[in-house]
Amino acid sequence: IIVGVPLWWRTTETYRAWLPVSQINELSNLQLQLSAEVEVVFARGTVTPEQQKKVPLTQIQDEEHTVDEDTALRYRYETKYRTATIMEEDALNQPTAAEADLSLHTLSESPCGSLVVYVIPESSSLLPEDMDVYVGQRRTALLRIGAQMRVGKTLDQLLAHLEPRIKQVLQVMSFSHTDISAALSDRVRLSPGNKESIADSMRTFKSSPGYEITFSLLNPDPKSHRLHWDIEGAVQTYIQPLLTKLASVANFSIDSQTLYYAMLGVNPRFDSSLSAYTLHSDSLAHVINPVEARLGSNAASSNPVLNFLLYVPDAHHSPLYIHDRKKQEVPSNAFHSPRWGGIMVYNVNGFYGPEAVFPVDVNINMAKVMGVFLAQLRLLLGVQSSTAPSGFLVAPCGSNGLADWELDRLMWSRSVENVATATTTITSLAQLLEQIGNIVINDNIAEQVSSAVTSLQLAVAELETGNLRFALQYSKEAILASERAFFDPSLLHLLYFPDDQKFAIYIPLFLPMCVPILLSLLKIVSDARQKRREKQAKKD
Amino acid sequence: MLAIFAVQLTLAVLVTSVFACIQYRPLLFFSSGHTNNWAVLVCTSRFWFNYRHVANTLSVYRSVKRLGIPDSHIVLMLADDMACNHRNPKPATVFSHKNMELNVYGDDVEVDYRGYEVTVENFLRVLTGRLPPSTPRSKRLLSDDRSNILIYLTGHGGNGFLKFQDSEEISNVELADAFEQMWQKRRYNELLFIIDTCQGASMYERFYSPNLMALASSQVGEDSLSHQPDLAIGVHLMDRYTFYLLEFLEDIHPSSKANMNDLFKVCPKSQCVSTPGHRTDLFLRDPGSALITDFFGSVRKVEITMETINLTEPIQQTYSYVDQLPVSEIIHQKPKQKDWHPPDGFILGLWTLILLVFFKTYGMKHLKHIF
Repeated sequence: IIVGVPLWWRTTETYRAWLPVSQINELSNLQLQLSAEVEVVFARGTVTPEQQKKVPLTQIQDEEHTVDEDTALRYRYETKYRTATIMEEDALNQPTAAEADLSLHTLSESPCGSLVVYVIPESSSLLPEDMDVYVGQRRTALLRIGAQMRVGKTLDQLLAHLEPRIKQVLQVMSFSHTDISAALSDRVRLSPGNKESIADSMRTFKSSPGYEITFSLLNPDPKSHRLHWDIEGAVQTYIQPLLTKLASVANFSIDSQTLYYAMLGVNPRFDSSLSAYTLHSDSLAHVINPVEARLGSNAASSNPVLNFLLYVPDAHHSPLYIHDRKKQEVPSNAFHSPRWGGIMVYNVNGFYGPEAVFPVDVNINMAKVMGVFLAQLRLLLGVQSSTAPSGFLVAPCGSNGLADWELDRLMWSRSVENVATATTTITSLAQLLEQIGNIVINDNIAEQVSSAVTSLQLAVAELETGNLRFALQYSKEAILASERAFFDPSLLHLLYFPDDQKFAIYIPLFLPMCVPILLSLLKIVSDARQKRREKQAKKD
Repeated sequence: MLAIFAVQLTLAVLVTSVFACIQYRPLLFFSSGHTNNWAVLVCTSRFWFNYRHVANTLSVYRSVKRLGIPDSHIVLMLADDMACNHRNPKPATVFSHKNMELNVYGDDVEVDYRGYEVTVENFLRVLTGRLPPSTPRSKRLLSDDRSNILIYLTGHGGNGFLKFQDSEEISNVELADAFEQMWQKRRYNELLFIIDTCQGASMYERFYSPNLMALASSQVGEDSLSHQPDLAIGVHLMDRYTFYLLEFLEDIHPSSKANMNDLFKVCPKSQCVSTPGHRTDLFLRDPGSALITDFFGSVRKVEITMETINLTEPIQQTYSYVDQLPVSEIIHQKPKQKDWHPPDGFILGLWTLILLVFFKTYGMKHLKHIF
């Protein structure tokens, strides 16, 4: 027994490497702190000289939100107030807000995750009459002071007047509670909020370390149209700058293809008033499925795929326009499907007359096409923010398709999403491994789990200090490690052994052995008892 | 039994009253919360006499493809090949009815796991996602938290288990655990589980994850029966439940509004001999609001793209030859300053002088030796 039982135990136990369970349990209770830095610069004419003396000051504000019993959020806003330098005053003297924004940018560049708000006097002509705030392409905003501050007030009153506006600017340009709580959706099953936030969360792709983008040209009528599209050049000129800017968020791989004789699944209706064919928005839903069967995808990677299709209608069904629910023509002539991609219809009947000899060579205007695809790409990646509050004038995004503050927004929500997903993955993995005793835990899994835990702790720490870029990097590492650990092929538990089956295995082996042992034990006991009785009888 | 029914009724009334106000929403976008559809169709038995199980699976495959789910989103697992079996008198076909009007094999079947690859381990790996990294995309279930998944199992089963390939079995506890792991990793939005085996209802007894709806062809203690044999082919062609299910699905088209309550009425006891069962207590929505096409089809949500970005065409840079080479500079160049060397004969003359002086001082006879 002394030798046998431990031997049996060791040979039948499963190898389980050590996991940092206590740290994982700590992580299940997530306290996230997001810090944003704001610099508020007062231009000439907004503060009186007495106020100016008191102005260089710093305020820290905390906002606490409890999402559920395991998750709490704290937003820390560090606001630094100062007056503008001479060079900044010169920059603000430009005729339009866009030019002012450009010259301000040449003076200094704000680090990732921070903002600069320039407060300009009410009399300034940079903003139109009804707009109070101009949101630039980089990380600056121009805020016009309100009329009530005309008469001299104290500095505290001035700051109190500015605070709600600055808060709105922060919500547009950095992070808002709705965005962050939407990013936590993996961790917390929230009851549906307003329509827009549901649509946003359904439309944007989930955070993933890489994406594949496929551009497809659909030519149903090669006999009539010979299409030429400079896709390589167009991708290089228009799409690549955006993807390079997003390189810290994810890796992108792009490919393109041309499909011939690919038809739409629906028959467009001929509208005689427009002498054109129309596709109603209700039938758009059925367009994608027949085409999707013919689109290939990269067999090697499991990254989500974004498909962008350019459909050139055949000569008999040209021109083809898309109509929305109100029977109005859609200016972009394109539609997109959440978490899938976009389709644009490009009419080429204008390029040739009725006497043309088929097939006609057509050069596609890639600038127009890429303008639509770029807008759809922004929507699908979650860059597009919800509509700005009233009184806000938002500058159009720059030539690379992404404003700096939009990138910051994306980085905030991606970091939070990654942290939330990684914590749920790790905690559920730990729970699963505890529950099912039959799973073998190899060393490499323990390693991945430990590295995931370390990265998560670092990511949370970096978010607290406000280092957005590092936080995103650590959160990506955490997600990669946790996914690798969770989806490791070796974690398939050994087939389920219910207890009665275990008995059924052991009883035929041990019962025949136990019978003579038990009988001999009984015999020993009865012998001993008999001997004792005899001894007692002898004594007596 | 009655108490459970009463509770379900009150729950349904409450849920429908809540959803009544939501029905006014014009957009179909939010009613189901899913953006893509997946299907995992498994036939677990092999050998020629189990022809009907392959026919079952292929008929569901056919309906699902017809209603829009592409092959890239279907994982089809068939344990044996009936269409090209040596015993098939009509090769390359699998029929569902003896009048042979419907060949469910078709022209473009894509089987992802075939023959001996259909094992309990592979099935669980597909569901939980724990596949080796070398697995190609077509063999993976790449669903996300907004996917609706249809899982269809058929074969020989018993109370609490389903037999795979005549040598192993999957128990209802393992299945429930696999679904729970899928839920933990948010691999589905809603899941519809259909099983056509004997005592099929026992397989969904142990489910405990949310958003699952289950249908089975027979209750515990009952056997699912097959439909009718074909004397030419020699085996039973399909099972009753799936036969009537196929009939029901043939009437569904992609824009149909039929809901799950209609699906529960498929194959009543008079036609099926066994009593089909279903389980909806884990399903958060009212089954009446769940459309058939939510699971069997793939109706995409679309949004019109309202915004575009104004991009200008880049100015084509044409280089003229004149600009590429600085021609004017080349023409008007000053000659380059060379380094100064002494004239050529100078060094030779110098050495001759040195030699002469040398021989003068030391005598002329040495000079004879040189010349």
